[in-house]
Amino acid sequence: MQILSIKGLNKTYGSHVALKDFDLEVEKGKVFGLLGPNGAGKTTLIRIVNQIIDRDSGEITINGEPLRMNHVRNIGYLPEERGLYKGMRVDEQLLYFAQIKGLKSAEAKAKIHTWLERLGLLSWKAKKVEELSKGMAQKVQFIATVIHEPKLLILDEPFSGFDPVNAEIIKNEILELKRQGTTIMLSTHRMESVELLCDHIAMINRSRKILDGPVKAIKKAAKTSRFTVSLRPAEGVVLPIWEDYVAEEDRVTFSISLEGKLPNERLIELMNYGEVLHFEETIPSIEEIFIQKITESHAQ
Amino acid sequence: MPNKIFLVVKREYFARVKKRSFIVATILTPLIFPSILGIFLWIGMSDTVGDSARFIEVVDENREFFLESNDLFVFSYGSLSVAEAKEMVQNGSRYGFLHIPKIDLSSPQGITFYAGETPGMSVISGLESSLRSKIEELKLLNSGVDRELLSKLKTSVSIRSIRLGQTGNEAVSNSVVNYAIGFLSGILIYTFIFVYGNQIMQGVIEEKSSRIVEILVSSLKPFQLMMGKIIGIGAVGLTQFLIWIALISVVSTIVMGYFGMKMPQQELLEQTGSVDMAWMESSSELPEMIQMIQGIDFVPLVFSFLIYFVGGYLLYGAFFAAIGAAVDSPSDAQQFMFPVTIPLLIGYMGLFIFVLDDPNSRVSYWLSVIPFTSPVAMMGRVSFGVPISELILSISLLVLGFLFTTWSAGKIYKIGILVHGTKVNYRTLWRWIKEN
Repeated sequence: MQILSIKGLNKTYGSHVALKDFDLEVEKGKVFGLLGPNGAGKTTLIRIVNQIIDRDSGEITINGEPLRMNHVRNIGYLPEERGLYKGMRVDEQLLYFAQIKGLKSAEAKAKIHTWLERLGLLSWKAKKVEELSKGMAQKVQFIATVIHEPKLLILDEPFSGFDPVNAEIIKNEILELKRQGTTIMLSTHRMESVELLCDHIAMINRSRKILDGPVKAIKKAAKTSRFTVSLRPAEGVVLPIWEDYVAEEDRVTFSISLEGKLPNERLIELMNYGEVLHFEETIPSIEEIFIQKITESHAQ
Repeated sequence: MPNKIFLVVKREYFARVKKRSFIVATILTPLIFPSILGIFLWIGMSDTVGDSARFIEVVDENREFFLESNDLFVFSYGSLSVAEAKEMVQNGSRYGFLHIPKIDLSSPQGITFYAGETPGMSVISGLESSLRSKIEELKLLNSGVDRELLSKLKTSVSIRSIRLGQTGNEAVSNSVVNYAIGFLSGILIYTFIFVYGNQIMQGVIEEKSSRIVEILVSSLKPFQLMMGKIIGIGAVGLTQFLIWIALISVVSTIVMGYFGMKMPQQELLEQTGSVDMAWMESSSELPEMIQMIQGIDFVPLVFSFLIYFVGGYLLYGAFFAAIGAAVDSPSDAQQFMFPVTIPLLIGYMGLFIFVLDDPNSRVSYWLSVIPFTSPVAMMGRVSFGVPISELILSISLLVLGFLFTTWSAGKIYKIGILVHGTKVNYRTLWRWIKEN
């Protein structure tokens, strides 16, 4: 079941094309990663889904219903550039954010209490935002995004500006929300977080989608049938010329392709040259796939 | 949806009203006004004490000018020489002395006033008018007019002005009172628009530069956010004005009471309550004053004041919001202030130069009908009485003007709040309006 479905989306700013014939399907309960270099159209896409800017053409549905203003109740959005009212108290601020999302005051207050406690901010409840540290303010922003328990959580570069400790806390909260059934769509250029968090990714470059699919499938498809090998050569053996060859004190490391054979057959061949210490299929990282795809699309 | 506007209004209102600076300004400003009033009254009163003691020695070589003493001057005729009189002034027993040499009544020359200090305009002109009427009297007597006839000639004239209403009702009017009402309400509206319009702009810039706005517009429409802010800040302004009016009345009453004076409304109350009829009859001016104030049709006046006050604020408020959205910092806003400042200034200047001078002239008509100047200028006409058809036209155009500015400002606002670090000029603004 798709929580978000986009078909044939177009958006231009004057003469600049921001999104061109863009399709996207986001499955319920998954973490969806939106990748792409700066200026690719990620933020435009996110803003259109959040109804902050209007689309030129295209269809967007939430749970099968055409996107409309009421849907903001089910969406939580953490923009890349985010702030708070400096002179306002933490609890009053969160109450305001919850209310404009459509929560009743009493319901919101209970949730605010729970969340502040959960992120260790309860003693700061009555403080003004300007008295908070940057990390604390970021946690408050995160609470403001999730306070109304959205079905779809959209995070634009969620880890930018977070210190490693807070980034870890937020990452765990995201995974916890996923466990509870929230669908999460995040845009990022931090590839390591993509591999750890995302079930599904889409890559955008120059206003078009260039890749879309489950992380595992994408990685599988990117496999080059190459293996990384490390062995301790037997004495007196003449080694063939291998790629990526590195000789260390008692071992050599290199990579080979299968040359149409099964991995075990290649392994048996390698044993003739000495003691095999390491034999592993080379799987490119998302970052490598990303760079490769971007380069390919630029070449076209 | 209107519920969301209300939430924004509530936040904007309480975030400001709870601020210490708001409370301080709201309480201190009305205290400053009566204090200034009190200081002036105190100075004025001590001054009148000095006035009552202005003894003036007259050295009249003609022995004809017996000037009558009045509130300002007490004249004494001691048949002194010039030197003796000078000495009296120097030792302080006289405020000054008036030397009237032998003069020809047809062209009196050489009259001199000596005083220990430079006398003010009021002293000189008071003396001049006393002398003038004395000379005129002497001339008439010399030409054979008898003294009895002369006293009968003195007449006091004041014109009663009555405005004929369309229904045939007559109301005693007074252009000074009308002038004052038009003047005050025009200035109030002008000030209100500027002060609170600027707050709207600052508020929008704050939300934009702190990057809070993107979170907000993902929950509510930019238009709701803009209207909520405009209404909320307007409500703050109204609150402040009401508190000021209440405090100023109370404190001024206390200050005036201390100096033994009465506020106009108190006087009116006492008089209409016929507390002291005999006293009223003795003074012919006061019932006239009551008639005058009764002659002012307060209901349409208050009604139109509120319409132009709120309408003008809303019309310009949208402009201020759009400017705030288009820029990154208050210093960048200067370049866009022009279209706001100029029409407001035209309305303001027009009020003084044309409307209050001649409320029914062609220029006054246009100033009071065009929505950009009407909030300030129309009040100058309303106080003098304006045909209902023109009032309806002006208000309808004001409403249309408000819809137009809000509509176009909404478009600028919607795009502007998300644009950072780009130099925005008038052409960009026009494109934003057009593209939406």
